[in-house]
Amino acid sequence: MSQEAGQYPPIESAMRKALNTELKPVFLEVINESPQHNVPKRSESHFRVFVVSEKFNDLTLIKRHRLVNDTVKNALKAAGFEFMHALSIEAKTPKQWEPEQEPEKSPPCLGGHGK
Amino acid sequence: MNRICQSLLRPSYRIPAALNGGASASAATTPGSILCRFFAADAATGAAVDKATMDKLVRTNKVVVFMKGNPQAPRCGFSNAVVQIMRMHGVQYDAHDVLQNESLRQGVKDYTDWPTIPQVFIDGEFVGGCDILLQMHQSGDLIEELKKVGIVSELLKAEEAKQQDDKAK
Repeated sequence: MSQEAGQYPPIESAMRKALNTELKPVFLEVINESPQHNVPKRSESHFRVFVVSEKFNDLTLIKRHRLVNDTVKNALKAAGFEFMHALSIEAKTPKQWEPEQEPEKSPPCLGGHGK
Repeated sequence: MNRICQSLLRPSYRIPAALNGGASASAATTPGSILCRFFAADAATGAAVDKATMDKLVRTNKVVVFMKGNPQAPRCGFSNAVVQIMRMHGVQYDAHDVLQNESLRQGVKDYTDWPTIPQVFIDGEFVGGCDILLQMHQSGDLIEELKKVGIVSELLKAEEAKQQDDKAK
């Protein structure tokens, strides 16, 4: 899914780098789901993050999500980007994770974007 | 000025006095709305809705949802997922359409320090967005959280009825 070559995709790259640095994940998947939505090509508006990290061990679900949100928010701010339109998160501890597990699928777009 | 106009789908509902500061909304009526009342805020622009107003808004019902579109016509897949989960549990809740009001959209994000919509409150407490609600639904935690505020999930009722049936056999 990711395109490593060139400058694109800057937001996805910034997210991936920050999450790797901050969360030291056992497993990390950053999926750009923008093509499923009513946005221009090569948009970086809708993302899904599947992350497995020891750092989540003693955190409630909402605190895990806040940690991911804040990590992404700070990274994007530092890189001069606004927070993306949609960020879906699955945050698991290594104990909760089975390597063959696939990330959930996001619900289909209902066209609310653009406002 | 945080004037939240309300159009209630179920006129029999009490309008919280604290929020009824200028209801000029046309009386919208949508058939089939049994489980939730829907607040269409006015399209006011300007400053984000302040904390005091948000404090009141999130307590107008045991469950309050800020979403895109309304429960009859969600305008975002994530908001729709929350609506479907609430429907499955038979939860009666208040829904606010943030697409109708930029001040509210920004206000709720500031209030929770949470970047995305939808946002779900139970008993005035921020619970999370679509992902968290979905995971709570899958793990059974949602049934427990609802129980704490006196809401018996329809899924729990169905489960208990099934167990009774099984015993009877």
